[in-house]
Amino acid sequence: MTLAIATHGLTKRYGRVLAVEDLDLEVHEGDLFGFLGPNGSGKTSTVRMLLGLVFATSGRVELLGRPVPRAVRAVLPQVGALVEGPGFYPHLSGRANLALLDQAGPGGPWRDRRHRIGQALERVGLAGGGRRPVRAYSSGMRQRLGLAAALLRAPRLLVLDEPTNGLDPQGMREVRDLLVELVRGGATVFLSSHLLAEVELICSRAAIIHQGRLVAQAPVGELLAPTGRVLVATPDPAAAADLAATLPGLRVDERHEDRLLVHLDGVAPEVLNRRLVEGGVRVRELVPERPTLEERFLELTREGPRAPG
Amino acid sequence: MLLVELRKLVVRPRTWVTIALLAGLPTLVAVLLKVTGIGPRPGQGPAFLAQVLSNGALFPAAALALVLPVFLPVAVAVVAGDAIAGEASAGTLRYLLTRPVGRTRLLVVKLAVTMVFVFLAVVVVAAVAFAVGTSLFEVKPLPSISGGPPIAAPDASWRMAVTVGYVAWSMLGVAAVGLFASTVTDSPLAAALGSLAALVTSQVLDLLDAAAALKPYLPTHYWLAFVDLFRTPVLWHDVSRGVAIQGVYIAVFLAAAWANFATKDVTS
Repeated sequence: MTLAIATHGLTKRYGRVLAVEDLDLEVHEGDLFGFLGPNGSGKTSTVRMLLGLVFATSGRVELLGRPVPRAVRAVLPQVGALVEGPGFYPHLSGRANLALLDQAGPGGPWRDRRHRIGQALERVGLAGGGRRPVRAYSSGMRQRLGLAAALLRAPRLLVLDEPTNGLDPQGMREVRDLLVELVRGGATVFLSSHLLAEVELICSRAAIIHQGRLVAQAPVGELLAPTGRVLVATPDPAAAADLAATLPGLRVDERHEDRLLVHLDGVAPEVLNRRLVEGGVRVRELVPERPTLEERFLELTREGPRAPG
Repeated sequence: MLLVELRKLVVRPRTWVTIALLAGLPTLVAVLLKVTGIGPRPGQGPAFLAQVLSNGALFPAAALALVLPVFLPVAVAVVAGDAIAGEASAGTLRYLLTRPVGRTRLLVVKLAVTMVFVFLAVVVVAAVAFAVGTSLFEVKPLPSISGGPPIAAPDASWRMAVTVGYVAWSMLGVAAVGLFASTVTDSPLAAALGSLAALVTSQVLDLLDAAAALKPYLPTHYWLAFVDLFRTPVLWHDVSRGVAIQGVYIAVFLAAAWANFATKDVTS
């Protein structure tokens, strides 16, 4: 299977500042890939290098199997991009802006331009608008128009930097649904974001970048893998703690009024459950603990950079 | 791509306002001359203006001499300075480049469109001036400014055409400097100011006796040499030097603009 995006040892230095260091990304075709990082972690520099806007100090970028920036002419017509907010001529209408952009480059037949523009506007929920000058658009409408521009030529790969910026919750949800639908239709989406909930909701794989270095890259399910602890809710916490301690390796990490957090050390949760029930402890709930992406993210970025696992 | 850029130029109100203002200045001058009947004394004031009162056919040349030193270069510097920096500040440059439009191609097209603007401006100024000049003043065959027999009509029209070409070539020099400045900064205002600073410097040095050794190499030095085209026989020396010097400036600044833009990190 070819990779939609591959970077090898990608490094960018601005003067003395190292913005991106030794980045190895792998985005498979058909992924909805989340690219996470705090502000100033090198996300946008990476996105710009992927698109050939910024030249890497060292390392390689391949988009859809072709080298960037060398093959941008061949590869970028199949890529839709939204980088750091939309950019339009304010005195022209949304439609006129899309038409100018489409006309400016290769890979967009003029015959069906009107049709494609209409379709793209419809997909982002701007079907009714598009005639007023962009100057009069709200920031949410501009964001949608930016997405429409990225969708104009039914790209194989979408590189989107903060696509839900400026949208209300309803709009965010619509965009999320749109991205899922695009991936279902065979496209690949590279979603750069600092909205962890967004990535957790829709992405299949994710990478986390911190201070220009990759700290994690894995399927989202794996990033959110069980922590090896279980949460036990019971009206008999004291008895439960005593019983748990009789199993080898188990340790009660936290103890609250009616719940315990037990570190299992490899013991299956059901083994603990049986011991508790057989010991007469009334178990109301026994759940393997899973971190939220936010917890994982904070944990990984607090530790600071380390070699990707 | 060229069509796209031409369309941007045409639908932009600024283009037409600038051209209207450029044509407005000589029109205002013509009306004032007509109403008061007071022209500059021969040999003084802007070129040709003294003779316009007695011959309206000279007014296009006089109009170009009026807008050439300041007004026209300012307009060209603004348009050329806006070429890349304007796209950068509007946030559209990154979308053009990822469309993708090649960087060299974008630069060439921007230069071509700037030249279209220059030509349009020069031709409109000359045409409006011709209309205004011939309707307000008496029309006679063009006199030769070096004395001698008047210039016949077919002769006069090629001289006028060469004048328009020469002025446009001079403005291409301004456009090249502006385009280079436009690739250096992301602010169209800074780019326009940068190229204007270069022009003002050149014009100040041109007036300074201490800079006499530099004068023949200043970009603005031969701008008004087109006056020589209305002598009989035509004095080609300054005009051809002007074309050559301007050519060097154009080549150097376009090369610098290309080298800078093709290797630049676009972070706008």
